[in-house]
Amino acid sequence: MKKIIKMREMKENQRGIIKKVSARGNMGRRIREMGLVPDVQIWVQGRAPLKDPVAIKLRDFTLTLRNQEADNILVEVEEPS
Amino acid sequence: MMRKIRIALSGNPNSGKTTTFNAITGARQHIANYPGVTVEKKYGSVNHKGYEVEVVDLPGTYSLTAYSLEEIVARNFLVNERPDVVVDIVDASNLDRNLYLAVQFKELGIPLIIALNMVDVAKTRGTKVDEEALSDLFGVPVVPMVARSNKGIQDLLDKIVEVAQEDHEWRPEIITYGNDIDEGLNKIEDVIKKAPTLDKKYPERWLALKCLEGDDQIMELMKGDLESSREIEGIRKRISKHTMNTLEEEPEGIIADHRYGYIAGITKKSVKREIESRLNLSDKVDKVLTNRVIGPVIMLLILYGIYEFTFRISEAPVGWLEVFFGWLKGIVSGLIPDGYLHSLVVSGIIDGVGGVLGFVPLIMFMFFAIAIMEDFGYMARVAYMLDRVLRWFGLHGSSVMALLISGGISGGCAVPGVMATRTLRDPKERIATLLVVPFMNCGAKLPVFGMLIAAFFARDRARMLFVFTILSWSFALFAAKILRSTMLRGPKTPFVMELPPYRVPTIKGLFIHTWERTWQYIKKAGTIILGVSILLWAMMTFPGLSGEERQFYEDQRVENRMSFLTSPDVKGLVQNEKDMKDLEEVLGRYEGSFKDGMENPGSIAESPFWPVAEQIVSLKKSGGRAQGETVLYIPLALAYIDYGEKNGAIGLEEQQAALRGTIAGRIGLLMEGITSTIGFDYRTNIALVGGFLAKEVIVSTLGTAYSLGEVDPEDSIPLSEKLRNEPGWNPLVAFTLILFIMLYVPCFITVISIKRESSWKWACFSIAFNLVMAYLVSLAVYQVGLALGLGT
Ligand SMILES: Nc1nc2c(ncn2[C@@H]2O[C@H](COP(=O)(O)OP(=O)(O)O)[C@@H](O)[C@H]2O)c(=O)[nH]1
Ligand SMILES: [Mg+2]
Repeated sequence: MKKIIKMREMKENQRGIIKKVSARGNMGRRIREMGLVPDVQIWVQGRAPLKDPVAIKLRDFTLTLRNQEADNILVEVEEPS
Repeated sequence: MMRKIRIALSGNPNSGKTTTFNAITGARQHIANYPGVTVEKKYGSVNHKGYEVEVVDLPGTYSLTAYSLEEIVARNFLVNERPDVVVDIVDASNLDRNLYLAVQFKELGIPLIIALNMVDVAKTRGTKVDEEALSDLFGVPVVPMVARSNKGIQDLLDKIVEVAQEDHEWRPEIITYGNDIDEGLNKIEDVIKKAPTLDKKYPERWLALKCLEGDDQIMELMKGDLESSREIEGIRKRISKHTMNTLEEEPEGIIADHRYGYIAGITKKSVKREIESRLNLSDKVDKVLTNRVIGPVIMLLILYGIYEFTFRISEAPVGWLEVFFGWLKGIVSGLIPDGYLHSLVVSGIIDGVGGVLGFVPLIMFMFFAIAIMEDFGYMARVAYMLDRVLRWFGLHGSSVMALLISGGISGGCAVPGVMATRTLRDPKERIATLLVVPFMNCGAKLPVFGMLIAAFFARDRARMLFVFTILSWSFALFAAKILRSTMLRGPKTPFVMELPPYRVPTIKGLFIHTWERTWQYIKKAGTIILGVSILLWAMMTFPGLSGEERQFYEDQRVENRMSFLTSPDVKGLVQNEKDMKDLEEVLGRYEGSFKDGMENPGSIAESPFWPVAEQIVSLKKSGGRAQGETVLYIPLALAYIDYGEKNGAIGLEEQQAALRGTIAGRIGLLMEGITSTIGFDYRTNIALVGGFLAKEVIVSTLGTAYSLGEVDPEDSIPLSEKLRNEPGWNPLVAFTLILFIMLYVPCFITVISIKRESSWKWACFSIAFNLVMAYLVSLAVYQVGLALGLGT
């Protein structure tokens, strides 16, 4: 079953497809410039010791962002129902 | 004459720009800063096919918006300096994101060459890039390279010369962003065209694009023509409202989407992937090194290892330098007669410059260790793992390195620590880190702490040292929190950071990195530090004693001599001043011959004073009990010892008086009014003034102030004992003083370093801030301590 959740809620090793980036201003621009735009496949590579920031793999590289930023990104994931 | 071609190297961080730059220019390179900012500007040149190719290494950027200092610097350079060609280093193993910058160069219209680097990495990951297809589709020349092994560098130079021979017109490429945006762009472009006062350096469509993207710097520029600026703002709002209604997206989001769409269209046709993306080696390493449980453990081990490595390995060379400067001091001392010039050269210049150069091995190894971490890609992982903790204090994950180097495990040095803050990108986070780094317990504070702990907390030394390490971390983090919520308040910079793939660094790269930074330190710091050390020397020397005062001590010495000569114990053996001189000399030789382990003292043994000298030495050794055959001379020897002691006491008293009379001494006296509230008298104050030169000076200055003469910081037991028995000293005062020294001012070499990494404003601020912080903390501790009755 497909479901849309915030990136923060994704589990380690989970895959997903970005559906919407709602961050604005400088931060929104930077997130998009780094390649987080709709329809991109991502995969959660891991989280830092205190669960924040999160490291995700997209395109051919690894990007880390804080949960605060991840809250502004909606991802479609496959959830076992 | 040779024609010149000016090129700029640009590209994403870690795409291999610096490697390419080094491969092109070899040793012919220079470093400067971009005007007004601390971003490094590297430039160099090479001759190729009859052209002089001048290369500038632009800072690494992901984009050309005004997001970071680096991007602004890179953009301004391109627009203001208009290099003939831009070479965009593109990482073939991460093509989509790297091309995002290339698209923006095309929009700007500047003549462009794509250097397709790291094709070796792409290949091992099963990605094959068809350069010709890429070049055709993208419309710019593409040169494949492996910069690290020098492959393709000559082809790149050929291509540069070829492109530079064409005209240097900028031809902005028009990329479509969908009807809504394109329409808006056209309208804004029209407004800009009509505005005569606007800066014509930028292509109009590019300006229009930046306006829609909401670029702060360009919007500010537009305000140069208020009317158009207002008009543009209106168009922007309308489009934004429209796109929000129809697509639920801001224009800037749509623009980014389209750029990536454009890139995807190109890479679909020019890139073949044999293997669908799987875990590459780097990802597997990350599964361990950034694992949530063992990651931090490994990190601590690595950080500790680096710390040990740096300080252990530099111990020997630092020692050699010390020996060398000691030797130099000896030579110079012999050449220049006693007096101010002697003192200036020996205590001012040699000690000052020696102090600076003494740090060089330490700094070099520290930079080497940092270069390894950076080039491996581990630094970014440290920042990632620690970000959550440090963020709470307004710092960044990468701040931890600077704190550790400065003495986080006690015994570092703030100078390389300050320099390590360069790895921080956000200026406010960097300044905050810079300012709190001196609170760490550096190696120079340790002897002072050691002396005070030995005097007052002898029973729990280790525990006290641990307490002070914890306290210094707490103060540093706490101060950072204060700074970041007041003076350095700023929007929290988003932490959108790439974890670059792990790569084995090249030896050449490591050496270049290390040497560049070390040389900068030697060159710039050397000049200023020389001036300041002379100033501080003057403060601790002048005005010194007045003629009258000096006469006073001279009279006492004469009197002491007279009373020795007239003493009945002398019995006429030493009759006049000349005899005394002779005795002194023989005694000196006698003691010297023992030191050197020389059995046969030679002709001097013939001197009538020889047996006296023997007796004096033997009495001194045995503490006054007579032995041996020369019993005859005991009364004389005792009188002489007594005379010597008195003479020494007069000298020490004179030194103390002289110190009190200097500028530093007067400051100390003046400050007594304030420092008495935290338990320090003028003597401690003088030592603290001296500590500004280097913290270990506190021990030797306290020694002079308490009339003990020069105290060796490595052997301060007499001073400990003296202080323990001195009225006005107690454990509470000592504890307060340790806290004060921990916080009060960075030593001046650190201040200079802070200035170099920021500005005089922050360097001065750091002195004031630390002083205030030190005073308030000491005041609280001392007064509470007094109230609790601990001040005894
Ligand atoms: N395998 C491989 N590594 C490279 C190549 N070019 C550079 N590197 C490595 O990539 C890392 C980053 O390079 P650097 O020049 O510092 O990148 P910059 O951040 O763009 O200046 C270094 O470890 C280089 O040795 C290449 O063509 N192939
Ligand atoms: Mg570089």
